[in-house]
Amino acid sequence: MTSSREEYARQESELDELYRDIIIDHYRNPRHRGSLATPSASEEGLNPLCGDEVTVDIALQDGRIADIAYRGSGCSISQSSASMMTEAVHGKRVDETRKLIENFTAMMRGSNEIDPEELGDLEAMAGVRKFPVRVKCATLAWHTLNEALGKTREGS
Amino acid sequence: MTLDVARIRKDFPILERKVHGKPLVYLDSANTSQKPRQVIEALVRYYEHYNANIHRAVHQLGEEATNAYEEAREKVARFINAPSPECIVFTRNTTEAINLVAYTWGRANIREGDEILLTEMEHHSDLIPWQRLAAEKGATIRYIGLTEDQRLALDGLENLFEANTKMVAMPHVSNSLGTINPVEKIAREAQQRGVMFLVDGAQGAPHMPVDVQAIGADFYAFSSHKMLGPTGVGVLYGRRELLEEMDPFLGGGEMIRKVTFEGATWNDLPWKFEAGTQNIGDVIAFGAAVDYLSDLGMENVRAHEIEITTYALDRLRQLNDVTLYGPPDPNDRGGVVSFNLGEIHPHDVGQVLDQYGVAIRAGHHCTQPLMRSLGVPGTARASFYVYNTQEEVDMMIEALKAARDIFKLPEHSAP
Repeated sequence: MTSSREEYARQESELDELYRDIIIDHYRNPRHRGSLATPSASEEGLNPLCGDEVTVDIALQDGRIADIAYRGSGCSISQSSASMMTEAVHGKRVDETRKLIENFTAMMRGSNEIDPEELGDLEAMAGVRKFPVRVKCATLAWHTLNEALGKTREGS
Repeated sequence: MTLDVARIRKDFPILERKVHGKPLVYLDSANTSQKPRQVIEALVRYYEHYNANIHRAVHQLGEEATNAYEEAREKVARFINAPSPECIVFTRNTTEAINLVAYTWGRANIREGDEILLTEMEHHSDLIPWQRLAAEKGATIRYIGLTEDQRLALDGLENLFEANTKMVAMPHVSNSLGTINPVEKIAREAQQRGVMFLVDGAQGAPHMPVDVQAIGADFYAFSSHKMLGPTGVGVLYGRRELLEEMDPFLGGGEMIRKVTFEGATWNDLPWKFEAGTQNIGDVIAFGAAVDYLSDLGMENVRAHEIEITTYALDRLRQLNDVTLYGPPDPNDRGGVVSFNLGEIHPHDVGQVLDQYGVAIRAGHHCTQPLMRSLGVPGTARASFYVYNTQEEVDMMIEALKAARDIFKLPEHSAP
């Protein structure tokens, strides 16, 4: 039987894995938060279970995401995931972005084919997989970006 | 001590379990309550000893089941001091009870241009049925607003109703705020003006003495599962004359007197509203829950909840960065404490607490319009019942401190 001290340490480490420093940092200091003046496409995503809301604006130029912004409200996981996503795809080619969306959502589904290390900072979100109800929070912005891309000529 | 909580806790097998290696601290009874052994055993006894359909079997088991089912109705009638068991209709839950009224009384009586009066603290279950009815009939809905400490803004009660107000509905106790509404006063006013009055008692009947005759409302709806009973059973109390003139809600077996190929006539109250085979086992077990609460005494249940709510409010106020919702005086509220911790989203608060074995509710609590008018995405909500202790409140507070550390809230509020 584990002592209660060990037990508390274990809970704390599971929570540490969910709320990694980089996630808290993005939540408290969001990147690319706001809206674009002339977006190529804009899409709103809702997670009715939690009430998370994320709107993603993208501006495409020469097959690249020239600019991106998001706004919304929700839990730390949904909002920091949106912030990290904007940083990860800013300036990327549309096909690279599609691939990243695919890899990120595959990682969140627990796919063995994705090495989280290859996703850079986004690897921090892997801890969310231990908390299945929160996976939807983490992928909300990514699905929303995917929908936004589908609305554009270059992305569709 | 108003209740012998240590003894009560022994009746609830689930309170022995651990969650994430920690003792379960269950602070989500406003969502659904836990069940005592007496209720679980009543359910098992029914299925093991006298499972049969009611009102139609000529055999011994059928008679025993019918008696137990109707006895549960009598217990419920006594519990809320209804004038007779015929005024008690069993439904699936509070939501179905309210829909029953909207679809039968509402459809027959609400006309174009009529007004339905609700409140800004309405639960979706007492909101959507009326919105649908209003849309169908071309009626309007007005919402009674809230004061700064989230009571109903009822200044000038005599001006509450317009000439076209046909009905008013509101929660006895707000599930999101804890506010106890002055339903007796509303009922007096409504009666004088000939306005129909429905009380959503989902958070009332489980937590305080309720006397439907003293309140004077036309309808009072509540659920078994929030008062130690099983899920799947709701209650609609209605004034007898009203229930008698109302059309049936669902058609089928049991609710009829005589059926021909051309048509049918309806059964007596309350069976007119209980179509098809009912949730017999759960109704009988609900009767055991009512016995359990009656034995404790609802005055004692209420006193215990005031005590623990007072303690929880005090402890939460000592934490920095806590925003509390609802009236500040525990005597004005039920055993529900809604709060936010700094800027931390309620789901994150709930997640951290869960890891410490503390179960609360986080989110909009089925009151989305209310959350919007409070300007928050949701709240964290701790709710108490007969088995909760002050030590459990302490454990919640410790877990909240952990949440504050994780989200790096400052130790002291800014000056």
